[in-house]
Amino acid sequence: MINRLLPLLVFIALAGLLAFGIHWNTHHEMTEVPSPLIGKPAPEFTLPLLYDSTKSLAQKDLLGKPYLLNVFGSWCPTCQYEHPILTAQIKPLGIKLIGLDWKDQADDAKRWLAQFGNPYDAVITDRDGRTGIDFGVYMAPETFLVDARGMVRYKRIGMFTPELVRDELMPKIAELGKVTQ
Amino acid sequence: MSRALALLLLIVALGSSSQNAHAVDPLPFKDRAQEVRFQHLAKQLRCLVCQNQDLADSDADLAKDLRKQVFDMMQSGKSDDEIKQYLVARYNDFVLYDPPLKPGTWLLWFAPFALVAVGALVVVRILRGRAKLPLAASEPAAIESSAIDSEEDW
Repeated sequence: MINRLLPLLVFIALAGLLAFGIHWNTHHEMTEVPSPLIGKPAPEFTLPLLYDSTKSLAQKDLLGKPYLLNVFGSWCPTCQYEHPILTAQIKPLGIKLIGLDWKDQADDAKRWLAQFGNPYDAVITDRDGRTGIDFGVYMAPETFLVDARGMVRYKRIGMFTPELVRDELMPKIAELGKVTQ
Repeated sequence: MSRALALLLLIVALGSSSQNAHAVDPLPFKDRAQEVRFQHLAKQLRCLVCQNQDLADSDADLAKDLRKQVFDMMQSGKSDDEIKQYLVARYNDFVLYDPPLKPGTWLLWFAPFALVAVGALVVVRILRGRAKLPLAASEPAAIESSAIDSEEDW
C-alpha cells in the first residue's frame, strides 16, 4: 500500500516545497538582510544638525522617548517616493521623526527638503557614512524604530508604503506603548 | 554612419574595461603582504548592495566605504576575525561568503547531505526490490513482493 502511495506522497511533498518557495519569494524582498540590531541598543552617534552644523544631536539625547530614524539622501530616488508617505502617513502618528541625511552634501539635502517639504523633527548629517555603517544601512531609505530605552525594535529596509505603515509600523509602535507604560 | 557608431561603441567598451581594472580604489598599503591580506579578506566579504559580488569586486559606493573601513581597522592592528565580527554585528552573517556553523544554519549546511542520504535509501530500496523480483513476474506479484520488502525495511 505505502509503495503505491509513495510517488503521490513525494509529489505532494515536492509541490508543497515549490508552493512554499513561491509564497516566500512573493512575500519577502530577496535582497533584504535581517538586521542583527533588532532587540539591541541603537549604535551611539553624535552628529551635526543639518540646519545648524555647530550643534549636534547624540543618541543619548534621544533617550526617554521612542523615535523613528529615517535614513535618506537627496541622491536617493526611492527616498523621493517615500517622502509623501512620511509626510502624510508617518508624521501624523505623533512619534518623533529624525532624519539621517546619509552620505550627502548639506546644500543638496537642504534644497531637497525645501522642494519637497521637511517632515522631520530634526535632521542630522552623516557625511562620511560611518554612522550609517554602524546602523548596518546599505540601501536607503531605511527606517529604524527605537524605543525609549534606546533599543532598536524594528527596521524597515526600503521605502514605506501605506500598507506597511498600517500592517507593520503601527502595530510595532502600539507594542511600544504597552511596554513603556 | 554605422562605422562611426561601431567606433564609438568600441571606444566606450575599451573605456569601461579599463575602468573595471581600477574598480578597487588605491589604498596606501604598508607592503605587499598587507595588500594580499586585504584582498584575501575582501574576497570573503559580500557587498550588501550588489549581493552577488564580493567586497573586493564591487564598485558600489558603500563597498568603497566598507573597504576603507576594513583597511582602517587593519591599520589599527585588528585581526581578520575582529574585522569580520565588526561587519557581522552590523550586517548579519550574510556579509560572510562562508556562513558559520550554528543552529540557525544547520539546515543550510546539512540539508544537502540529508537529501543525498534519503536518495541513497530510496535507491537501495528499489534495487533490493528488483533483486527479489522473480524474472518475468506479473504485475500483482511485483507489488506483493515489494510490499513484503517494505515491511522488512521500515
